Amino acid sequence: MSAISACEKVDGFTRKSVRKAQRQRVGQGSSQFAVNSSRPSAPEISALPQLKDASSTEQHELFVQKLQQCCVMFDFYDTVTDLKSKETKRAALGELVDHVSTNRGVLLEPVYPEITTMVSTNIFRTLPPSDNPDFDPEEDEPTLEASWPHMQLVYEFFLRFLENPDFQPSTAKRYIDQKFVLQLLQLFDSEDPREREFLKTILHRIYGKFLGLRACVRKQINNIFLRYIYETEHFNGVAELLEILGSIINGFALPLKAEHKQFLTKILIPLHTAKGLALFHAQLAYCVVQFIEKDPALTEVVVRGLLKFWPKTCSQKEVMFLGEIEEILDVIEPTQFKKIQEPLFKQISKCVASAHFQVAERALYFWNNEYILSLIEENNAEILPIMFGNLYRISKEHWNQTIVALVYNVLKTLMEMNSKLFDELTASYKDDRQREKKKEQEREELWRKLDELRLQERTAIQNNRHEIQFTYNNNKKNRQDKDENTAAAAVTDRAESDTWAK
Amino acid sequence: MAGADSDDSLYPIAVLIDELRNEDVQLRLNSIKKLSTIALALGVERTRTELLPFLTDTIYDEDEVLLALAEQLGNFTMLVGGPEYVHCLLPPLESLATVEETVVRDKAVESLRKISHEHSPVDLEVHFEPLVKRLASGDWFTSRTSACGLFSVCYPRVSSTVKAEIRQHFRTLCSDDTPMVRRAAASKLGEFAKVLELEYVKSDIISLFTALASDEQDSVRLLAVEAGVSIATLLPQEDLEALVMPTLRQAAEDKSWRVRYMVADKFSDLQKAVGPEITKNDLVPAFQNLLKDCEAEVRAAAANKVKEFCENLPEDSRETIIMTHILPCVKELVSDTNQHVKSALASVIMGLSTILGKDNTIEHLLPLFLAQLKDECPEVRLNIISNLDCVNEVIGIRQLSQSLLPAIVELAEDAKWRVRLAIIEYMPLLAGQLGVEFFDEKLNSLCMAWLVDHVYAIREAATGNLMKLVEKFGAEWAQNTIVPKVLGMANDPNYLHRMTTLFCINALSEVCGQEITTKHMLPVVFKMSNDQVANVRFNVAKSLQKIGPVLDSNCLQTEVKPVLEKLASDQDMDVKYFAQEAISVLSLA
Repeated sequence: MSAISACEKVDGFTRKSVRKAQRQRVGQGSSQFAVNSSRPSAPEISALPQLKDASSTEQHELFVQKLQQCCVMFDFYDTVTDLKSKETKRAALGELVDHVSTNRGVLLEPVYPEITTMVSTNIFRTLPPSDNPDFDPEEDEPTLEASWPHMQLVYEFFLRFLENPDFQPSTAKRYIDQKFVLQLLQLFDSEDPREREFLKTILHRIYGKFLGLRACVRKQINNIFLRYIYETEHFNGVAELLEILGSIINGFALPLKAEHKQFLTKILIPLHTAKGLALFHAQLAYCVVQFIEKDPALTEVVVRGLLKFWPKTCSQKEVMFLGEIEEILDVIEPTQFKKIQEPLFKQISKCVASAHFQVAERALYFWNNEYILSLIEENNAEILPIMFGNLYRISKEHWNQTIVALVYNVLKTLMEMNSKLFDELTASYKDDRQREKKKEQEREELWRKLDELRLQERTAIQNNRHEIQFTYNNNKKNRQDKDENTAAAAVTDRAESDTWAK
Repeated sequence: MAGADSDDSLYPIAVLIDELRNEDVQLRLNSIKKLSTIALALGVERTRTELLPFLTDTIYDEDEVLLALAEQLGNFTMLVGGPEYVHCLLPPLESLATVEETVVRDKAVESLRKISHEHSPVDLEVHFEPLVKRLASGDWFTSRTSACGLFSVCYPRVSSTVKAEIRQHFRTLCSDDTPMVRRAAASKLGEFAKVLELEYVKSDIISLFTALASDEQDSVRLLAVEAGVSIATLLPQEDLEALVMPTLRQAAEDKSWRVRYMVADKFSDLQKAVGPEITKNDLVPAFQNLLKDCEAEVRAAAANKVKEFCENLPEDSRETIIMTHILPCVKELVSDTNQHVKSALASVIMGLSTILGKDNTIEHLLPLFLAQLKDECPEVRLNIISNLDCVNEVIGIRQLSQSLLPAIVELAEDAKWRVRLAIIEYMPLLAGQLGVEFFDEKLNSLCMAWLVDHVYAIREAATGNLMKLVEKFGAEWAQNTIVPKVLGMANDPNYLHRMTTLFCINALSEVCGQEITTKHMLPVVFKMSNDQVANVRFNVAKSLQKIGPVLDSNCLQTEVKPVLEKLASDQDMDVKYFAQEAISVLSLA
């Protein structure tokens, strides 16, 4: 969103070196303090007595006081002011963490709202704009949250609270509600990996303990993913959310609900198209394989989906796709395999013939996998003809010697599986190529004729133009009494001439 | 109609459909892009009865193919038999409008909008509007998102009962469960408001606007800002305060910086929409806050609008408002910590001088210009320099020249060649404003130094720069100041510099005229035809071809021709090639 500098505009390239230089900016603001920009600095807070020294009757009161004290917010971009108060709050937060993790019987009903208020005040905020407008999570260092010294303790405290044996979801659900969860999910976009790690564990606990929120959590995650896929292509927490989903999918009851299947086909599969796939592919593949293991009948839609979104130009992604296909093949049922073998092996055959040796190599490694090999052997009559052409060609002309060697091995394996078919294919190889060439010529001829026709039509139409216009105008007149808006007709006329102008 | 009488047996639909089904995506894509050819071959009747049903039913394809299809169908009206049959195109476009991929869907909506105009009002109600309704109540969010873009095109031409239904559907989508649909509705709210009757704008649109502007997601709220601007232009002045201002005020102070950024970004439109009174009372303080916002993104967006905002202030109080409210904020921004903010400001700040007049400019703005000319960030300095013309009109550039010079010199020697390139582009402008004397004294040497820069792009730009300077200062000036230096480089030991001489001659010969070219440049070119580097020699041939038209025919025949003939028998094949080319272009053969 930041302005592009003039020197970058000259040739349209943004270079890392330029961007890196921009990052050395000082005094970045935080949205958390937006409303307070004109406020006087935070009120000074002074240390309360220690919780562990208080008598059990006073303890509850003191606990609440400390929670309230921790609602005072400090500006961590300003490193000079409020030093003492910041330290007081840090110590108080530390005590709160200890208090809920070591003591039993401290979670009385009145503290629930106090706790959620303190947590919300501290962690819920509009995330600041990224320091680096073209932040590349694979290459750039993330911007870390400045107020982490406090925030870490708040997250820690909230987690201990959720994990406390006395924790009562039935009481907490009044405060930890849909709105709370929505705000929590928005924080997953944080650039700070430490924050996302905490959020992941916390969301997982919430999902486990609040049955009533489960559908809502899933729905909101879906919305985040859909926005990521189709609108912004930017969200830092995709991997973390997928990790949570991985364990959620594990717990789905059988038969799978339509909602869950839709999640697989409409969200998980399209997620493969994202630019940043490399950052969460492992987690994504895990989710996908989980689904197939739950319900093998889903294999076909998954594989066809992956084939639909198969990368066209990005070899790095292609290697990832091949990896995922191998994971799927590892768990595939032989009956399912038969359903997808044809389209799948057409793609694998293309990959084997890829000029990028890593892609070719990754695809050829399938032949080292014993289970896959057994599937191929079982269905060699179908697979061999699909693979043969490319393997044969590549064995003669691939630039990379490793690939050529691997291809020879594969050809040898295939020959051993079905030597009769192999010989037939070798014999007919030339004829097949010829036939393909002939077909190609026929196509060209067809299109040439069609184009000629088009030219003729155009001249014919130019001659007929007036006639058509005339009939059309007549039609229009007949309708005109109903026609409130003649402007629309004028538009039509123009559209018509545009069509033929091209 | 045409096409019906073509030999059908030649193009059975099966063959054409085979093409559309080809296994190779690229071939499928090519076929789809020529869909109109296929339709022509089939004729209108069969296009309607065979091709379109095929497209509607069986196409499940790559998004790229679908995109091409969605685009094609928008121009298909004549191919299905003209406007009375245009509704045949709706079924395939309807299914394309439900696809997940945004670009495909958007293109389908665009095509639907286009052909909606070709529907008669009756067809619109019978065919088009039901489609919009189906989309609006679709199960999956994609169809509902697409519906949002279609309401406004059919609303004006349908009966009042149908209008009421359309309004109801739009209302439902504005409070849709998924944020994606609410975003789509918010982004079309302004457009929809424009086609509604004023009473419904007041009764329906305002409440939708208020609801969207306080949505729980900032991505929805920020889209409502733009809608608010459109709505404000529709309402009579007396209703603005009650109906839109509370919401807009709230947006300017939203807790999410994205929303505030949007307000800053749309500020000029907003200002025009609400008129002078509200501007004075509300927008001025709001603008001050945005200029002081805690997020740099917001400040930069607001800084970009400073000039426009000031220009559009009501004339009676413009100067007072600027001097007392805006200028203090601007002064702070000059020393902002963020370079994007400073450079945004630098790109507009000079424009204030025309508004404030000579005295205020000298007293208040000049110090700011000078400070920005010394800024550590080259972009800020460049932005100031590129806008010098505004100041020149008001106070004359002399006031600045003392500070300008060091800034220019520093940029001219910047380590980044892109910065050097940018400053070269402003040289002719600067030269024109500073005058020939100042230029000769201070800047000429810089311009010559660029000719020997180690980056080719700079040398090339420097050559073009010389030509523009000569256009400004005249041939005589050229002969006295730059031609000798350029020609001197012909003896440079570095062949790249010798070639630069040739490039300069190419650029300068025409503006310098026949006399200088023949008398001074040509001999040097001839001499270089004996250069030991082949690249220099073939550039001599190219130069001769280039300057040939400036020379008289006698000179061409007696002097140029022998040199080119000699080069045409050079041992280097490139030299031969260019010499022969020059001979033929100059018709010397």
